[in-house]
Parts: sequence; C-alpha cells; structure tokens
Amino acid sequence: MTARMLDKRMSAGDIVAQLSDGMTIGIGGWGPRRKPMALVREILRSDLKDLTVVAYGGADVGMLCAAGKVRKLVFAFVSLDAIPLEPWFRKARESGALEVLELDEGMFQWGLKAAAFGLPFLPTRVGLGTDLAELGGLKTVQSPYDDAETLIAMPALKLDAALIHVNRSDWRGNVQVFGPDIYYDEWFARAAAKSFVSCEELVDRMEDHYPDNAAANVFERCFVSGVVEMPCGAHPSSMPPHYGWDMKAFKAYADSARDPGDWEAVKDRFVGASEAEYLANIGGKEAVTGLPLPIF
Amino acid sequence: MSDITLVDLCIFACSEAFRDNGEIVATGVGPVPRLAAGLAKLTHTPELMMTDGEAYLVEQPVPLGPRAYDARKPAGHLPFSRFFDSAVWSGRRHAMVTPTQLDRFGQINLSYMGGTYQKPKTQMLGVRGFPGNTIYHPNSFFFPAHGPRVFVPEVDMISGVGYNPAKRTPGGNFSAVDLRVIVTNLCVMDFAGPENAIRVVSLHPGVTFDEVQAATGFELAQAGTMTETAMPSVEALEVIAALDPHNIRASVIKDNPPAVRAA
Repeated sequence: MTARMLDKRMSAGDIVAQLSDGMTIGIGGWGPRRKPMALVREILRSDLKDLTVVAYGGADVGMLCAAGKVRKLVFAFVSLDAIPLEPWFRKARESGALEVLELDEGMFQWGLKAAAFGLPFLPTRVGLGTDLAELGGLKTVQSPYDDAETLIAMPALKLDAALIHVNRSDWRGNVQVFGPDIYYDEWFARAAAKSFVSCEELVDRMEDHYPDNAAANVFERCFVSGVVEMPCGAHPSSMPPHYGWDMKAFKAYADSARDPGDWEAVKDRFVGASEAEYLANIGGKEAVTGLPLPIF
Repeated sequence: MSDITLVDLCIFACSEAFRDNGEIVATGVGPVPRLAAGLAKLTHTPELMMTDGEAYLVEQPVPLGPRAYDARKPAGHLPFSRFFDSAVWSGRRHAMVTPTQLDRFGQINLSYMGGTYQKPKTQMLGVRGFPGNTIYHPNSFFFPAHGPRVFVPEVDMISGVGYNPAKRTPGGNFSAVDLRVIVTNLCVMDFAGPENAIRVVSLHPGVTFDEVQAATGFELAQAGTMTETAMPSVEALEVIAALDPHNIRASVIKDNPPAVRAA
C-alpha cells in the first residue's frame, strides 16, 4: 500500500477558477513588495468581479480597481513607495465607485489575527480619537475589568481566499518564506478559508531539498490549498532575495493612468494574454532576476 | 556663517526632538527627519534605535541615497511583521513625519482632502499607521513649506490623534498621546500652549512671529521668551554631510536658502 501523496499543484487558471464573484480576497505583500502579481494578473484575465479586496495595497490594488474588479476595498494605504500615490487607485477613489473600509496598518493585521483565531473582533486602542471608527462603522467595547477602558472592537477580517507569493514551496504546500521582511503573509494565510500560493521555486519534497531552511516555514501546509510555480511572479513588485522592484515598469504603469488614462487601452501591456507573454514582453526571467534589490 | 543652509538648521532643530529619548526606535520619514534622527544618535543620544529604512536595526545610521545594498550593517532585526508588537504598540518609538495637513488640535491628515469618505476630491496615501502611532507613542513633525494649506483650522480627515476634546471618546485611554515638536522652514513650535495649543518656541533667523502667524490657518500661542533657533554646530554639520553624501537635503526646501536670510 502506498501512502497518499498530497499534491496541491494547480495552474494559475485553476486557482482563479476556485474564486467566485463577490468573494473577499486577501492579497499578501506590502505596497510594492512581495505581491502575488502573477495571480493578480490571472484574475485580471478572468471575468471575476465584485470582489472585496483586503490588502496592504500596491499595484495589485491599483490594477484590480482600474479593471473594475473591486466592489469594496479594505486598506490602510495604497502606494508604490517611490511613487507614493498609486494613480489608478486614486482614480477609482475619486470617481466614488469604490466602497471602502479604511484602517490603520496595525488594526488591519489585528483584524487578520481575529479572523485567524475565529474571534468576532480583537480589542485595540487604535482608531480612538480619529475619524476611522465613525467612517468605518467600527464599534467600541468596554473592558469588563476594573479599568473599564473603552476600546475599539476591530472586527475579524475573514477572507474567503488569500493569494500569497512565496520563495519556495513543495507539492504539499510546505512553504519557505524568507527575505528581510515577510510582512503579514502568514496572517493572510491563517485568516483565509483557502490560501493559494505562487512560488519562485517549486520542489517535490521540501525535506529532500532544503531541510536546513525549515525555520522559514512561517505558515504551515494546513493553510495552503493550492500551489503554483511562477518564477518572477511578484514582478513588478520586489521579491528579495530573488529580485528587486521594477521602478521603470511601475513608472510606465503610473504614467498610463494619466495618459491615456484608460485601462482597456493599456491592460495588454501590464497584464498580457498569458503569463508567458507577459514575461516575454518584459524581457524574460533574466531581466527580472537582474533587477537590483531596492535600498532605502 | 553664511554658508549654513536653512535645511541644515532645520535638521539640527529636528534632532533636538530626539534628545534623551532613551532606548526607543527613532523613525524619521523623509530626508530631514531621517537625517535628524541619525544626527541625534551620532551626537547627543547614542542609545536611540533605528532601522535601515527596511527591516534591519542599525547602530550606524544609514546614509541617504544610492549605495551598495549590503552597505548597511544589521545589528538587529525589526521587520514590519513585528513592528506593532515591538515598537508601536509598546510605545517604544518616536516618529517624525510630514503629514499633508495639521490642525490647531495637532490632528493630522494624509488620507484625503475635500469631498467625502465615499468620494474624496483628492485621494492621498490612506491613514497608514498614523492612528496607532499617535495613540501609542510620541510624534513630531517637519514641514518644509509652512503655509495655511498645511496648517489648517481643522483637517479634512482625522488620520492621527490630537488634543481635540470633542474626539476624546469617554473611557478611552489617551494617556500616551504625546505630540512633541513641529519644525518648519520658519520656526520651531510645540504643544505646550494653553490646553495643548500650538506655541511658537523659536523663530529661525530673520523670521518674525507675525510672518509665522500669517502663514498659519489658526491662532498660534507664543512661548514666554521666543528665542532664535540655534545654528547647527560644526560637528553637526559634518555629521549631516556624512549622512547625506549626495546632498539630497538640498532639494527639500524651495531654493535651498541660507539659514540667515540676506539682509
């Protein structure tokens, strides 16, 4: 009798086929860093719509907004760092077409943690004294202990699915996530009913290849429903140590929001008909892996 | 003295905000605040902690601008994934930032201007970490262009906690709200006026209080004795120059004027 082999390999298309209209989708990474852009592009090639997107936003959010995929956005910022204001996101916001829940960066991860632990909310001081609570309909709770402190009840940010780009995975979803900062990827994974990861490198059995790096397994395979190998899958965002961000590509993308300012007219450049075509258009893997890591 | 620039005077003044802050993370966002934090650490307050701007704690402040990726020497690690646990929500941080607007209560805005939450006229960054920063740890501010569009009676969207009594949720713990210093191209201010009113503490050389008041969208208080903002020492100027080898700071204040105005 042979042991069952857990094989979670999927194509990017299979992953997007697991998503449906109206879902709440969390996207890992932070601004222009570690974004699962290849999976985002796959969504942009699909007819998926009415999404609630939960992200520390960069071009992922800008593109999905530009393409009209987003009904509601849960965010603390949307930025490309060196291009501080994400122009496609701005356009969507200023058109009034987007429903939003604006949160502090810390409250945001607190909401993911509440979802991960199956709690309705987690208490925090953050948000008091600002306009966030009123604008976002956030309620307060009172400490039942002697201090009787009033706190914001940060609601759980429950995700139907999370999309995350990691450095390595095996077929079973044993991921390795490394680089200077992994942001809140592990909490996106735990907050989601299903998480799908794209990876720079896919191996059959992690223990046969990188057993010495097991400490980089920052979320466990029970949180992974599907894996796909997509080298350069974070482009144009950065994916240290493999490659830095592509500021030239970000700039072209940002400039296109003004001229011509029409997503339909430029989407072929920034999405492409397939990931292979996209990669070829930007000069192939060599061009991406040659991008220097950003300095701050 | 004539070769000392106004931006160097501002960096020197900003660095004073970090004096004797102890073992906390000094975060300066933007060239002037960042140089100020580095200057503070390298001169009067070596116990300050700071990052390389990405994820590593460094004991030697990282210079601005192009350099080798591995030029920084990490002494520790403080990634965003631990930032709220270790720095923000523990109160072990002092941030100096440049919001888009700041009002008479010290409330700040970097989310949107004009219009509504549903349909802003001008969308900006989003509140980022400001709501948490301002309720948990000290904050100071730097503005390179002091004017009535920055210093407004009330901000369009309250992204950071100030001293507005109307926004004090009953039962909330606001004890850590601690707005320290505002440095601009005209003056240094603090929040020590009546009921935390913003107060001019020192005027940069040649600047008058009336000029500052005219550039501010609300009434300012004055310190008992307003002084002239101190000139940076020779040692400070050397440290600043070493931390900014490409002179990025020269583009911060319009026309990069001298610290002492031409007569």
